Amino acid sequence: MRVLRQAFSVAYKDLSIELRTKESLNAAGAFAIAILLLLSFVFDPFSDVVREMSGGLLWLVFAFSGALIFNRGFSRELPNECLDALLASPLSPASLLIGKAGGIFVTLLPVEFVSLFVFGIFYNVRWWLHPAELAGIFVLATWGIAIVGAVFGALTVNLRLRELMLPVIIYPLLIPLLIGAIEVTNSLIANHPITAYEWLWARVLLVFDIVMTALASVLAETILVN
Amino acid sequence: MRERLSIVLAAIAALLLANNLHAMFLSLPDEAMQGAIYRILFFHAPAAMVGMIGYFVALTLSIMYLSFGDFKYDSLAASVIEVALAFSLVNIVTGSIWARIIWGIWWTWDYRLTSALVCILIFSGYLMLRRAIDEPTQRARLSSALCIFGCVDVVIVWKSIEWFRNQHPGPVLDFRTGGGRMDPAMSHVFYMNFLALLLVATVLVLIRTRQESTAREIDSLRRLAHAA
Repeated sequence: MRVLRQAFSVAYKDLSIELRTKESLNAAGAFAIAILLLLSFVFDPFSDVVREMSGGLLWLVFAFSGALIFNRGFSRELPNECLDALLASPLSPASLLIGKAGGIFVTLLPVEFVSLFVFGIFYNVRWWLHPAELAGIFVLATWGIAIVGAVFGALTVNLRLRELMLPVIIYPLLIPLLIGAIEVTNSLIANHPITAYEWLWARVLLVFDIVMTALASVLAETILVN
Repeated sequence: MRERLSIVLAAIAALLLANNLHAMFLSLPDEAMQGAIYRILFFHAPAAMVGMIGYFVALTLSIMYLSFGDFKYDSLAASVIEVALAFSLVNIVTGSIWARIIWGIWWTWDYRLTSALVCILIFSGYLMLRRAIDEPTQRARLSSALCIFGCVDVVIVWKSIEWFRNQHPGPVLDFRTGGGRMDPAMSHVFYMNFLALLLVATVLVLIRTRQESTAREIDSLRRLAHAA
């Protein structure tokens, strides 16, 4: 309980900074819309095929724009030795990591919602046919991206080649999660009936989130205390 | 002592491999459905098994490094991952050759193949991360953490043929199916070749670990010289 309370304080701090500066939010939102625009030149945006591959397009956009958010998560603590101050505070490393992931999660969700809205307009796709299921998948997959992003953002924060290493490490790790999110989102947006196959992928997302969050909590000290 | 052990293990591996090649090409008949190409599976699947064992050994070594802080576990983990990566590549290449003949394509995006490729990408990232960090303690701690996270994908690779419908064949080995999917003569050669490849991997790890320890020693001497 104490860990969660501390994590909430860290997330609240990050979100307050983000709401004041809006640096990640604006950049990630603009980047997401730019990718959606670029993708419209790759194929016919009004073709029926778009509905079948909506999940792929959307999660590609979310994963890339998410990188802008989790890249900032820990690097914003570098000036004025803020990271050292956070580590020296009574916060537990696990709560710091989970709090950072919480901040990324809450920042990424509105970017996803705006992208989904814009996607619906640009590509003439009715994405709201299964709102509750879609929201559930977005929450599960976004938490997965956020926790992995926070862990590897922390892991690479002091590296000389941080900008190069982060995508090289993070995207292969996210692939199982992204495949699951894409498969279920494709079915939901195409209005296919939800079968055992979609539930299997939803369970994969849930297990991925639990395993990654547990590993992040256990390894938080190793990752943060360098 | 370690050199003598490497030589003995290499000699046993060479003898086993020669015996297995003789059995594969001169004793065993062609497979009824696949013809002669099935023989590549005597290298394809054992290479995958050796690779996966390597990743799990590296996982154990990474946990041991984080628990005890001894650099020898870190060196050993890095060596094991390099060798496991090489065996995973053998697995992918031999699998592609088999697929070209049997399926008519080099590659298909099913879950087994995709997760195996992702596994290679993750552990290539591990090696890149090690090269990107100069400070030995930081390098060891962070690469151990990455190894632990990366092993989640190894479990997905292992179980993917049971969890999902794939173009890749399902489990055929006795210890996963309870027997009956493979002729005992073929099964015997398969396990003997697995043993041979495991010995080759062990020899490579021993050689690589010695190189890694020497590199660490040179690095510490260099640091000492700079400090003086």
